[in-house]
Amino acid sequence: MGAAMLDDFFVRALLAGVGIAAIAGPIGCFVVWRRMAYMGDTMAHSALLGVALAVLAGVLPALGVFAVAAALALVLLGLQSRGDLATDTLLGLLSHASLAIGLIVVSFMSFLRIDLMGLLFGDILAVSRFDLVVIYGGGLVALALLAAVWRPLLADTVSPELARAENLPADRARLVFTLLLAGVIAVAIKLVGALLITALLIVPAATARRLARDPVVMAGLAAAIGAVAALSGLYGSLAFDTPSGPSIVAAAVVLFAVSRLIPAPRAGVVG
Amino acid sequence: MTVAALSPSDRLFAAETRAAPGPAQALVSAEAIGLRRHGRWLARDVSLTVHRGEILSLIGPNGAGKSTVARMLAGVVRPSTGRIERARGLSIGYVPQKLSIDPTLPLTVRGLFRLTGRLGPREITAALDRVSAAHLIDMPAQTLSGGEFQRVLLARAIARSPDLLILDEPVTGVDIGGEETLYRLIAATRDRLDCGVLLISHDLHVVMAQTDQVLCLNGHVCCSGTPTQVARSAPFRALFGQRGDGVVALYQHHHDHAHDADGAIVPLPPDRAAKQHDGGGDAG
Repeated sequence: MGAAMLDDFFVRALLAGVGIAAIAGPIGCFVVWRRMAYMGDTMAHSALLGVALAVLAGVLPALGVFAVAAALALVLLGLQSRGDLATDTLLGLLSHASLAIGLIVVSFMSFLRIDLMGLLFGDILAVSRFDLVVIYGGGLVALALLAAVWRPLLADTVSPELARAENLPADRARLVFTLLLAGVIAVAIKLVGALLITALLIVPAATARRLARDPVVMAGLAAAIGAVAALSGLYGSLAFDTPSGPSIVAAAVVLFAVSRLIPAPRAGVVG
Repeated sequence: MTVAALSPSDRLFAAETRAAPGPAQALVSAEAIGLRRHGRWLARDVSLTVHRGEILSLIGPNGAGKSTVARMLAGVVRPSTGRIERARGLSIGYVPQKLSIDPTLPLTVRGLFRLTGRLGPREITAALDRVSAAHLIDMPAQTLSGGEFQRVLLARAIARSPDLLILDEPVTGVDIGGEETLYRLIAATRDRLDCGVLLISHDLHVVMAQTDQVLCLNGHVCCSGTPTQVARSAPFRALFGQRGDGVVALYQHHHDHAHDADGAIVPLPPDRAAKQHDGGGDAG
């Protein structure tokens, strides 16, 4: 593969899509198993605030998105431990608070011209060579971290009590997972957009569920299904001149629908 | 007890116990522990010690704080007051009162066994065999019946060869014959591993016969003692004959107080005081 290939924006977008799907698949499985879909959404909604703050601070936008999303998750943990409001209420509160504050901050920054469409729906032209380095370097680190906390995180997902009683570092695993989720959202935003990022996490995982009888297999399948969705979505985006995020998500949903048509292994027994 | 069958940490403990004969090693020791949540005490001023080779039954009505005490001892929650001391390197096998697995998580019984630690296929099969559940090994955990799931959870906790088993109502949903089998298994496991067992039950009058110590809890420790070995007496057979010889025993309460509807401690009315001392006469 020649370096010249990377000059083509479309090749860069394809590589980014596959790289993001490879990590979003396994992380998305935990999002589904832990019933945290709304949590991913809340983190994504804070992206605007993250981008604005990053511009003010003069750092990379992705860094701002990551920091704000992670901070939001920690605030949520703090509020949850008080236990007087349900988690979905807290998430709705944080999600819309961060979106509103983000829009206000941006409105003050008249000098700043944020490509709102690109931020919300993804931009196929936006992936730079540097982004590829971040996606693949960060993705490898993220997968290694996920593998390292896999057992305590899975045990905590099944039963936090069991994990703690049998001496697994469940709190640390949870923290690592939360940071990984924030990281995936931060790097995936360019390609998929803030509004649709949760779909990239949960749709491939939901598609993989019927085909897997083991958590590791499901995580791997979700990564593969996400990669196929990213590739076909990006080709669709190029062919029909549609925004990249919605095209990828639409492709993922088509794969999900197709997987529902395949009869489940046990379905034949019923009736 | 065969030393070869034990994990390295067990062997360490076994060596220690043998080197120093005398009172059995204290595995976990709680001193005046309590847990306060949202301005309410879920359990308060509970002191207890589980020794190696000992079975302690924690009984009490619903909402008495039994699970809270178990969760504190297991290290799941930190007590708001009091102190807990655990033996160094203590390994715990835990059966929580409630465990539900999300249907989106593909987890077989085999996967459940490997959830918190490495276990070889032979250890898993042997553990499942003990609860007659070997045929369930490849089943998705969510498809098991309540009784099957409870048996699998107990087998899973035992397969870890822990120093301490904490079993929160492990026979819930298991039929009477199965209950006996599980009690026999718990006793046999205690003998085989020389582990301590903390067994929680909401049955106020009947406990496992091999229980060394009974603690009756209702927010605090109401009374404690040893079960009465009356399994062979005629009245016992009349009441509990179908529950099998020598598997369960009666526990006589020695309360010097009563609780009002809100759980507050009130002195015993004089006529009830006599009845309470008669113990489990009205059981059944």
